[in-house]
Parts: sequence; C-alpha cells; structure tokens
Amino acid sequence: MEIQLTLNGKTIQDSVSPDTLLIDLVRRHGCLSVKRGCETSNCGLCTVLLDGAPVLSCSLLAGRANGRVVTTLEGLQEEAADFVGFIADQGAEQCGFCNPGFVMNTLALLRENPNPTDQEIRSYLAGNLCRCSGYEGQLRGIRAYLDSRKPREAEQ
Amino acid sequence: MKPNYKTVNQPRRKKDAMSLLLGKPVYLDDIGPKDCLVVKVVRSPHAHALIQAVDAREALAVPGIVGIYTYEDVPQKRFTNAGQTAPEPSPHDRLILDRRMRFVGDAAAIVAGETEESVEEAMKALKITYQVLEPVLDLHSAKDNPVLVHPEENWRSLCPVGADNRRNLCAAETCEEGDVEGVFADCEEIVEGTWRTQACQQAMMETFRTYTEIDHYGRLHVVSSTQIVFHTRRILANALDIPKSKIHVEKPRIGGGFGAKQTVVAEIYPAFVTWTTGRPAKMIYSRKECQIAGSPRHEMEVKVRLGAMKDGTIRALDVYTLSNTGAYGEHGPTTVGLSGHKSIPLYTNGLEAFRFAYDVVYTNVQAAGAYRGYGATQGIFAVESAVNELAERLHMDPVALREKNMVRQGQVMPAYYHETASACALDRCMARCKELFHWEEKYPVREMGGGKVRTAGVAMAMQGSGISGVDVGSATVKLNDEGFYNLAIGAADMGTGCDTILAQILAECMDCDLEDVTVFGADSDASPYDSGSYASSTTYVTGKAVEKACEQLKENLCKIAAELLECDENEVAFAGREVRRLDGTGSVTLAQLAEKSMCGNTVPVQITYTHSSPVSPPPFMVGMAEIEVDRETGGVELLNYTAVVDCGTPINPNLARVQTEGGLVQGIGMALYEGVTYDSKGQIQENTFMQYRIPTRLDIGKLQVEFAPSYEESGPFGAKSIGEIVINTPAPALAHAIYRATGVWHHRLPITPEKILLGEDGR
Amino acid sequence: MLNIEHYIRAQSLEEAYTLYQDKGNVVLGGMLWLKMQSRTVRGVIDLCDLELDTIEETETEYRLGAMVTLRQLELHPGLNRLTQGAMARCLSPIVGVQFRNLATLGGSLYGRFGFSDVLTLFMALEAKVELYHSGVVTVEEFAGMPKGLRDILVRVILPKRPMQVAYLAQRNQATDVPALTCALVREGGNLRCAIGARPNKAVLYRDDEGILSQGITEERAWAFAQSIAERATFGDNLRAKAAYRKAICPVLIRRGLLAMAEEG
Repeated sequence: MEIQLTLNGKTIQDSVSPDTLLIDLVRRHGCLSVKRGCETSNCGLCTVLLDGAPVLSCSLLAGRANGRVVTTLEGLQEEAADFVGFIADQGAEQCGFCNPGFVMNTLALLRENPNPTDQEIRSYLAGNLCRCSGYEGQLRGIRAYLDSRKPREAEQ
Repeated sequence: MKPNYKTVNQPRRKKDAMSLLLGKPVYLDDIGPKDCLVVKVVRSPHAHALIQAVDAREALAVPGIVGIYTYEDVPQKRFTNAGQTAPEPSPHDRLILDRRMRFVGDAAAIVAGETEESVEEAMKALKITYQVLEPVLDLHSAKDNPVLVHPEENWRSLCPVGADNRRNLCAAETCEEGDVEGVFADCEEIVEGTWRTQACQQAMMETFRTYTEIDHYGRLHVVSSTQIVFHTRRILANALDIPKSKIHVEKPRIGGGFGAKQTVVAEIYPAFVTWTTGRPAKMIYSRKECQIAGSPRHEMEVKVRLGAMKDGTIRALDVYTLSNTGAYGEHGPTTVGLSGHKSIPLYTNGLEAFRFAYDVVYTNVQAAGAYRGYGATQGIFAVESAVNELAERLHMDPVALREKNMVRQGQVMPAYYHETASACALDRCMARCKELFHWEEKYPVREMGGGKVRTAGVAMAMQGSGISGVDVGSATVKLNDEGFYNLAIGAADMGTGCDTILAQILAECMDCDLEDVTVFGADSDASPYDSGSYASSTTYVTGKAVEKACEQLKENLCKIAAELLECDENEVAFAGREVRRLDGTGSVTLAQLAEKSMCGNTVPVQITYTHSSPVSPPPFMVGMAEIEVDRETGGVELLNYTAVVDCGTPINPNLARVQTEGGLVQGIGMALYEGVTYDSKGQIQENTFMQYRIPTRLDIGKLQVEFAPSYEESGPFGAKSIGEIVINTPAPALAHAIYRATGVWHHRLPITPEKILLGEDGR
Repeated sequence: MLNIEHYIRAQSLEEAYTLYQDKGNVVLGGMLWLKMQSRTVRGVIDLCDLELDTIEETETEYRLGAMVTLRQLELHPGLNRLTQGAMARCLSPIVGVQFRNLATLGGSLYGRFGFSDVLTLFMALEAKVELYHSGVVTVEEFAGMPKGLRDILVRVILPKRPMQVAYLAQRNQATDVPALTCALVREGGNLRCAIGARPNKAVLYRDDEGILSQGITEERAWAFAQSIAERATFGDNLRAKAAYRKAICPVLIRRGLLAMAEEG
C-alpha cells in the first residue's frame, strides 16, 4: 500500500506491506541510526519521534504512520550535537549501539521538561536499556549539559 | 611520585564518540551490501535428537529460496567455535551442521534466500523428522551418564585438559599445594558450602551478526561483529575445511561484546552459504536466538571448604567446581580454571595450603562461552561468600577479616601459578572503599520501619591482564605526511575504547597530540597479529606493543634526522614535533622527516612490534553494597554501591570508570534477577528481554567508583586491566548484605524477592 | 514474526465491528503485545482515524477513548487528582515512556492480560467499558466475558466520585511485568480491592464481611488483607510461584489500607 509521511522534514512516499514496521521503513530511507535490539518492545534502541512524541519504531506499523511526522536522529543532528558532547566527555557512549535511542529520548525529555531532576531523568529514560555504561555516566553527561545551559538561561 | 603525563592517565574523549552518539551508520547492518542473501537457521525443538529425515521439496519451491542445507551438505571435520589461541584447549566437537541435535536451539538446517519473507516461509515449510533421544539436562548427573552428548568417533581434544567424550567430560583437573588435610585438621573453624551461579547472558545490545562475500581475488571476505578477527579466520577455515589464505576477516564498530563475540556464533552460517553459492550473504541473529543459541556464562556449582583460626587467620582453601559447558565445549576447559585460580589467591597472606579441582561436563543445554569474568565471577561469588560467612561466625568485621588475610604487594601467589603480586593496592582499595562508603555506619543492620531494613555487604575481587605466555598483541605505528601517525591494531574495540586508549599510549610515547593519531583495526589482512580483545588483555598486552613500537620508531626517526642534519644519530634526540641536535645547532620537524621518509629513504618509519607477557598481573578491587530489604515482600532496593579499583595506571580514567560502572551493573543483574531456567524439555524460558531482565537505570541506586592505582612495571605506563574484574564483586557483596538483613545465606543466584521471602527452595 | 496481510483503517465503528467478525482479523491497539506473536493475521483493523484518542470530562465522569495512550493517562492532572496519583503510580513502571506512548487503554484492557496493571486499577475504580455491540459493562464484568469476544471497545467510562485510591505492585525489577498487583478503592465507607498478576487476570473483591465498615485500623486492615489472600487463587509463572504471591498479597493490601487511613 502507498503511504506518505514527513521524515526529518521531507515528504516521503513509499509502497509498504501491511506488516512493514516503521523501523524498517525509516532504515530503508537511510535513517540507519534507528537500531533494533529486541523483538519485544523492551530496549528503546529504535526510539523515534512521532508527531514529536518518542515511540518505539519497532512496534509501529508504517501504515499507522501514514500522514504523520517522523523524526529520527538524522533529523536532529544539530540539536543533538550540543548535548552529546557532554556524553562523550564522560566516555559514556561506550559501544554506541543504544546511543541513538537514548539521545532521541533524552531530547524528548528535555523538550517536555527542560529542568528535570535526576529521578525524573532516570524515570523518563527507564525504557532505554544500555548494557555497557551502567547508566551513571549518561546521567553525569545529562547533568553536565543541563548545568552548562544554566548560565545561558540566567542571562536571558 | 606520579609521573607527569600529557595524554596517558587523562580523561580523553573516545575517537569515535561523536560518530556513535550522532547515530552514524558504522555497524554491520548499516554497511553491508543491500542485495545479500538472507541466512537463517532452523533450530532443533528437542534437547537431544537425531535427524531422521529431511523433506525440503516444499521449502525449496518457495520463490526466492536459494539453498537449504543440512548435515549431509557440510564438511565432516570437527572444529571449535571458541576464539582461543591454537591449539585450542576447547575440544573440537562441532560441525557446521550435525545430524545429532544437542540442545533446544541447535542448528538443524541453514536456509538462504533472497528476502527475509521467503526465508521465513521456507523455514516453516521445511519438514525435519527427528528421532527424539533422552537428554542429559542436569549437570550433576552428566559425568559418566549412559547418555552421551558427544559419542562421535571424530570428537577431538587437542590439549591435555582431562577431556573424555565417553564420560561427558569436557575437562577435569586437580591441583594442590601444602598439606591440605593436615592444615584443615589443625583449623579451629571450617566453613563449608556449595554455591551455584547461573548461565547469564552477555545481552550486548547488538546481537551476533556477519556478512560475507567473495572478493575480487576469489577469497571469502567476512565482515563480522567480532572481538577476534584472526581466530575467526582460523575457525572458519577449519569449519569450511579450506586454506586459511582463502579468508579475510574484518570488523566494523561493534555494538558490545562482553566475551559473547569471542566465540564464532553467527559467522559460520553466512560464510558457508557464500562459499557454497558464491553470493553475498548476511545473518542477523534475533534477540531470541541470542538468548537460546548464544554463548552465555558457564553455569557453575562451586564447593568451598575454608579453614581458619578463631582469630580470623585463613589457613586453607579447598575449592571444587562443577562447570556446565552445555552442548559444546567452547571455553569449557579454560573458564573453570579461573574459578579457583582467581579466587583463592586473594587470601594468599596466611594461606598454608590449597586444593583446587574441577570437572566440566557436557549436557544437553545451550553451549556456554566467554562472558566477562570468565569463571572468576563464579569462583569469587563462592569464596567471598565463604569468607563473609566466616566473619559472621567469628563476629568479626568482614573488612578487618580481609585486611588480615588479603594478598599484599610483593607476595608470591601459589594458587596463581606462583606469580608475584608485583603491583597490588588491594589494601588501599579496601581502606579507601571503607572510607568512601562509610562502612562503619552502613554495615550495622538498621530498622527503617514498615518491615524495611538497611545494611551492607562487602567483597573483593581479582582478575588477570591477558593470558600469560599465550596472548599476543601487536601494533604497527607509522609516520605519515605532515607528521601524523597511523596506529594499526588487530585488537577489537567493542565499545570499550581501546582504539582511543592505544592511541593515547602512542601519543604519550611520541609526545604528540591525540588528534595526530589515527587508528585502524581490526582486519586479518591489514592488521598486525593480535589474539583479539578478550581476557582483559588489550591495554596490558597490546598497549605494551604500542609502547615498544614507538621506541623503535623514535630510533629510526633519529636515524633519518641525523642524516638530514649531517651528524651522528647519537647527537640527536627525539622531541615530539621535531628531532633536535643535542648541541642546539639544528633540528628537523616531524613533517620534514615524514617528507624525507617518502623520498630516497631506506629507514622504515613504520614499525610493527609484537608483545606477549610471561605474567598476567592481576587487577584488584573492593566493592561494597548498601541495600534496603523489604522483609515482608523480599524486595531488595540497592541504595549505594561503592567500588575502588586497582587497575594499575588507568590510561583513560573516564573509560576505566565507565567500564567499572557497566561491569557493576551487569554484576548486579546477575546477583538479583538475571537468570536462565529450563523447562523439563530443556527449553530456555528467558528467551527474550521481556523475560530475561537486565537492569534499567531505575534498578541500580547510586554508584561510586574510585581508583587506587598501583604501578605495574610490565604494563604500559604502569597499567594492568579493568574490563573483566569489575563484574565480580556485586554477587557476593549483595548476598552478604541480604544475609545481614534476613539472617539467610543465599547460595544460589539470582537472589530474587521470592527466594528472600520464602527461602531458596521456595518453602 | 507477525505477518499481516491487510491493514485497514476503519472509517466507522460499524466498519470496524463488521470487519472484526471475521476471525482472521484483529483490532490494533498499541500493537505491543500483538507484535510479539508469531502468526499470520489476515487483517488488522486500525481505529486511529476514529478520534478515540481523547480524554473527555463531564460533570460526573471521564470518558477515555480506546486509543488514549497509557502515557496520556499517566500525565493527566484530573485523573491523578481523582486517584491521588495512583494512575501515574500504576502506569509509570510499564517498560518506558516510548512504550507507553504507543500502548493504548483499549488494547490494555481488551486483552484482559493476567499481568495487567491497567486492568487491576480500572477494575477497582469500577470503571465501565463501552462496547460497540454489547453496550456498557463494568470492567469487572468485561473481564469475565469470553476470551473470544469479537466486539469493539470504544471507550472507558470512569466515574468521578470522591474516593480514596491506593495502587501497589510487586516487581522483581523496576520495569518488569508485576509479580502481583493490588488496587484498593474506598468509596463512601465501602472498599473494593482488585488483585491481579496472580498470574491470572485481576479479580475484584469487596468487603463482604464488613471488616472495614467501622474504619481502617492496623488490626482490621490485616484481617481484611488476610481474608482476601484466602479468597484469591494464585498460580506459578516465571515471576513467582503461587506461595510467594499468597504471602505478599496481604502485605500489599494492608500497606495500601494503612496508607489510606493515614491520609484520612
């Protein structure tokens, strides 16, 4: 079936099967940051924004995304670059395979809640599994990023 | 005095960090050719069976199917999938496809087709008739069981590890020193017990995956998510029964390994398909396949007998390990050794005698493999738990008890192959950990009201740094135009950051910026030989190779400079960006040297150095856990975990810290909920992330990590290792804290709320 | 792998209902549990065009569309006021935000899953489900309807009566499916208690013996908790065995009741 959606600001049209999942569609369109880590909607690696809300692209039919706005990390490179440097400064990227999902969900969190507490961060990101980092470095990185924004905000 | 390093011992960003964080396409499934054949494996539904008949007519008729292969189509020479230096201690007990099915999930047939859908359909249409046999599912009854897992005539054990396939034995050994029974007879306290650890999954986020193609020289080009490019080449050549020269293996970025990818798990299937059909092929393991047909930790049962005096002096240790290698023997003979050799030496100080014996048995469950800690994790859970039991029995502070008995710098460790603890800050780890954690305050049992109670537990750990006398690490350092350096390695950065760590060593040696170093690896054609990234070897072994290569390169650069400066090479000195005349009358820049090296030059500016270490200096650490136990529900909340590690000099303190945190969290999962259970038919129940729970960021409390570095002379800039040791303390420390809270010692992992509330056997 | 032959966006409830009478078709919720199945489905019926993703509030009730996500419920100030935060406490441990942005209320209830936190809470809240064909029934009644029911869950109706709500669940790990769930609602001196993840689906119990009719005390709370634990049946699964569930059931109930008593 034919669908049309906005992917990272561009309108794309494609012919998909009824069981094509959004993850496979976006990967087909070059958004290779979107990763599959499980088949049971548990890992969060495939996180994309659907009309701005973070969702698991492995659990969404491409058909259901018809007419909607999908954003992957490919579409948020600038917004992400500023933030992820702070994760790099902790060495918390490690193998990197979970990074895109983690980054996407963190950006979603910060859009919803620009000044989260540590507990709010942990809670919002609970669905993003990481097997390498032990999570603490990711938290330190987010905290450092938020702290770095504070002076700027104070000026405004 | 601490040397003043510029790049080493600095928290530098990983060279690939921004690419990874911004989601660049750098992993296997991002870079493979698009028209690959899809390869999948039909797996046995039975724990033990013989294939009686295969009817592939209908499956072959599915449009898009290119091939269906069974045991009749593959070479008949047995090999091992274990990534180890040859001759491998692991028995040669595998075929690509076998007629005998040895566990639920064993490979029965390979299906290759144009699309995922066609392959799925053919798999459903393929009819395999099995003669179902009685399985051996329990590790206790495996040895000398009339049912044999490997009855075949061409099973081979290449090394004297005590293996005997007619007895379901993958390995067996006993060693002892001192008058073990005599010392025990003289001891005032004897702690005895049996501890059981489960077959945990590495659960790296990127599953096993490989693509293969025939290159323009007619060779098999293998791109795989692997920790071991060179071993993979050998294993594939053995499996396919073709010359090693016909295979070229490389790795892209790897989405985690933790030892899982030290075994050839996925590679043989697409390799076989490509070699047979000449077409590119790709295999991506599903998470479920990872869970049921991967290479998890060896399930072990460790019996400990500990002899001590009333004053707490530990005088004798007797450890017997029964290890379950499952259906195949990958890493079976070697993992088990660490359960004793990396637990007993922790108590070298007053130890007069020890015995360590083991059996490794075959059973009809998923084959085990290499997982971070590699047997040490299992043995340390048992020995550390026994020591904690001794402390409680003697009403001694378990920290004080350890301070009395722990191995100290300079001591010879008889149970660690008589190696000397040449760099050991275990005492400082303990002192600092105690202080950071506020042990005195947190160890006492504190009633919090509402059925909740807080308390703490402690454990120590050690590991090795590479395999002594076996592991080989090499580095090629090359000077290029404008004076930048290439570093080529065969070690595999699987996320750990070894590319950056080795580059930091190079930058320190060559006195250049980290940005002036590029790293290449790993590729069996282009990289210098390296055993691969496992056994906590890369920083210690390959790192030393980098250091040595740099020394030689500097000498050569001085030679070229002397030529340009028209003086003797004794009259110049290397100074980073230039080589200077000692008398101050002239210098040549690195860029000039590089340029000269490409014109009329006969002095190599590319040096390959190969290193191997006769010793494997152990890193040491202490971990302390504070928990809150809900006595009414058995729930455990981890509040704080403090670890102080002696990894020698941390080359990159950030990466060492994150390694530690990551290892602790894996250890916490193993201690509290990660489990593998089999139903009566031998089927794994935790076959997805839905059922096999790994810790989330809500499960770990607050982690605090510090380093108490010793300086290991044989390592690069004093470094030892960090990768594995960090998983070893959580299980015994948490079991200890849970005992403090409940009065019950748990000897079996994971310690779930149900076990805490109702006891180990659920009563 | 789930194979789907047709994807159909229903344009009316009638169309959805008619299509659903075909046994080869399924109605799509968040697709999270459906996706884990390995089977071929002839058609999936998507209700996403039917504007069922809104939370409407009237004088007397909340009308929650079947396609409202768990995340919408979790964040809704009114629902959390009504339940004193129990709504968020119940839903927030379910996997992760991205999961709850997809999981729908209708899908969560329609499956009547044993492990369901959602079913447990809505049952105790005495919510009703509006079924396109069978009409309005309570969640409790709905839970008892046959598994093979082929109706369309249109919305959930939640009465806005003053009540005290407590929600507790025992999990082996923070975001795991629960080993036991417990929802308590006190309304005008009457108490309702739903126990789920037994591991079978939630069952609603009332204070038939009037143990708590004179108010909640430590002693009465324990007596009531034990009476429920006696009445409830428990089984084994990977999360826990029956004996464990039976042991912690009264603990959760008592804790919930005492928390209510404390808040008055």
